Amino acid sequence: MARPAEVAKTSPALETSTPEKPAPLGGMGGPLGWADDRLGIAALGKKNLRKVFPDHWSFLLGEIALYSFIVLLLTGIFLTIWFRPSMAEVEYAGSYQLLKGVHMSEAMASTLDISFDVRGGLLVRQIHHWAALLFVAAAMAHLLRVFFTGAFRKPREINWLIGVGLLSLATIAGFTGYSLPDDLLSGTGLRFVDGLIRSIPLIGTWAEFFVFGGEFPGHVVISRLYMAHILLIPGILLGLISAHLALIVYHKHTQYPGPGRTEKNVVGYPLFPVYMAKAGGFFFVVFGVLVLMGGLMQINPIWKYGPYNPAQVTAGSQPDWYMGWVEGAVRIMPGWESHIGSTTWSWNVFLPAVALMGLFFTLLGVWPFVEAWITGDKREHHILDRPRNAATRTALGVAGMTCYAMFWISGGNDILATMFHVSLNAVTYFMRVAVFVAPVIAFIITKRICLSLQRADAEKVLHGSESGIIVRSPEGGYSEAHVPITADEAFSLTQHERAEIAVPTPNLDDRGVKTKGKRVSGLRARLAQWFLGDEIAPPTRAEIEAARHRTPTSPDLPEVEADEQRELADRH
Amino acid sequence: MRFLTRRRRSKAAKPLAILMALFAMGLLYSVASPATQSSAETASPEQIARGKAIFEQTCSSCHGLNGEGTSEGPTLIGVGSMAVDFQMGTGRMPMARPEAQAPAKPTDYSAEEIAAVAAYVQAEFGGGPQVPTSDQYSADGMTSEKLARGGELFKTNCSACHNIEGTGGALPNGKYAPSLEKTSDKHIYEAMRTGPQQMPVFAKGTLTDEDTREIIGYLQTLHAQPEQGGLHLGGLGPVGEGFWAWVLGVGGLSLVAVWLAKKGARAR
Repeated sequence: MARPAEVAKTSPALETSTPEKPAPLGGMGGPLGWADDRLGIAALGKKNLRKVFPDHWSFLLGEIALYSFIVLLLTGIFLTIWFRPSMAEVEYAGSYQLLKGVHMSEAMASTLDISFDVRGGLLVRQIHHWAALLFVAAAMAHLLRVFFTGAFRKPREINWLIGVGLLSLATIAGFTGYSLPDDLLSGTGLRFVDGLIRSIPLIGTWAEFFVFGGEFPGHVVISRLYMAHILLIPGILLGLISAHLALIVYHKHTQYPGPGRTEKNVVGYPLFPVYMAKAGGFFFVVFGVLVLMGGLMQINPIWKYGPYNPAQVTAGSQPDWYMGWVEGAVRIMPGWESHIGSTTWSWNVFLPAVALMGLFFTLLGVWPFVEAWITGDKREHHILDRPRNAATRTALGVAGMTCYAMFWISGGNDILATMFHVSLNAVTYFMRVAVFVAPVIAFIITKRICLSLQRADAEKVLHGSESGIIVRSPEGGYSEAHVPITADEAFSLTQHERAEIAVPTPNLDDRGVKTKGKRVSGLRARLAQWFLGDEIAPPTRAEIEAARHRTPTSPDLPEVEADEQRELADRH
Repeated sequence: MRFLTRRRRSKAAKPLAILMALFAMGLLYSVASPATQSSAETASPEQIARGKAIFEQTCSSCHGLNGEGTSEGPTLIGVGSMAVDFQMGTGRMPMARPEAQAPAKPTDYSAEEIAAVAAYVQAEFGGGPQVPTSDQYSADGMTSEKLARGGELFKTNCSACHNIEGTGGALPNGKYAPSLEKTSDKHIYEAMRTGPQQMPVFAKGTLTDEDTREIIGYLQTLHAQPEQGGLHLGGLGPVGEGFWAWVLGVGGLSLVAVWLAKKGARAR
């Protein structure tokens, strides 16, 4: 029955709404309750504080990079207070006697002031530099861990791409910082990059004038680099790191295989309190190690290098380690150059520097997609591969590391020549061959080791692990008794599955009709065979049962063992 | 003697005895130690004869009996006593074996013997630059500005081969620029003037004696000053630094990570 409408005395829309659920903190007073009322942190915390992370030392490599980055931000802020990013010429009048009266840029003079006249300045400068080296090193170690365990597979491809972006930005951040003090070494490094830009065909000279605001070194490059170093790159880094971490939370962390661990769970400890303590503690360890290195180990003594002067150079001019491999590639490259029309094509710089760097980051970026295409594996993976179980990938990774290392060694060819009293030319010629041959050798050796480890695992599951006890039979034969492994261990060794190898789709099906739908090309099938064909399949349930029946562990084995020991004890 | 016996328990006896012993040792050392500088006085015929004997025994097989040079060694005509003083004083000559470059090593020849050979080469093979006097190379009493100028000269002329800290560097085909960390003032001066082995000659028209003294002063001050900022990692620049960042940074912190990951919570 319709009732006549009444004029509401109070509008529901204007009424104070009361929460239906009690507040998560139970109407708790105090500062926490105050904050919760305004920010809703309790609900957020309830969801995220108990988030579970798995435990493994290799998962902390990325944390080292993260904490180094925080240290870089903290020390960097300190340095910006005194650093003057100007190329204006001044006469040095600070405390360091051996540069007294030398003309230099304001950037160099202010860096010297930070080192000698600002309290704690040298310590903070050195911490900043060590942290920069560690930041890139830890990022690279983290990348290797992710690569070898297959953590880049679906659904984490985008996070892998973000990581590759972070690594390239980290090297640029490091390089711009290396160039800022305007000492002899950083000037030499800038000259190197200048040559690198110029070697780009056709637009090189134009690009050089654009970057340096005219002829090298110009008057603007330090202030431009400064802007990139303290604002642009750290800003992008900060954003990408946040996205990187947010995606870890969204995807949940990967875990190594083990009993009770599936693609649908994460076995570990909750963020609060376990990882709060561990990660928080680890931050202070990283900070502490960096402070010790900054305090005890001299790094980049710019007062010895002196201000940059294009007429000067020093033996042993090298970039920081992460650019060392590019330096090495340029050092061992033959001097190829061609002239087409009025243009010069400097292959001797363009190929080893610009093209090689592009190739490196491109290969890293596309790898997850290439691997997924080869294997045809479109499933989600939250359980990591043991590196041995992906033999070809692991071998490719080691080959890549070997190639990188060869370029790296070439970058220090002069240091090697003087340290080990060998000919500089011999080192260079050797390296020209080694960059191509060493990766192939590394690939073959690594793949063989991985496959052997796979066989050893299968053997262990089927016949147990070696006991170390040699038994002599009454006939005089010797054999080693095997001890059956635990169910947990057997699970860890057999949980991975042998991937199916794609076979090429025939053009016509058996009725002579052209096949439709998704096809597997011959190339893809060959690649899949190469990538997966040699893997040793983990033992099946039937095989394990059969093996157990065939080689029953002798019930009197312990007796034998005890007898043997007694006998041995008597003899001694 | 009763005087000594009576006073031997005196409080001053021990310090005095040490003082006397030190004095005696110092006296003995000053008598026994070889003279550090060869004098530039005119050579006596006896000295030249002695130098000739040593030359014929140890140098002539490669440099020729008349210093004309052979396929094994260069001519010594016109090199002068300064080159001899440098090559023999730093132990580079005589060479132990033929190799890309003669390394510096401790020498078995006394200062007198080296001076004798130098005098012989100077007198017989046509004169050249002579052994310098200490006022030519001594860098005593230089102002900071002069030392800083020496640093600029060093970085312009020397560091491309010898490294910014004078720790040396590589040259093609097994040759190298040696470290200058332990080289004496005189030998640095002589090397610049005579251009031994791979080194170019820096004649007085290029770098005056004053410039040379500034460079020597800069180098010696650089090597004598305390290391700011902690342990000196070999003066190898970023290669050494990168090595330690990986070994101590990533390596050391990975060990901590292993320890941290092992530490479980007190679960259950």
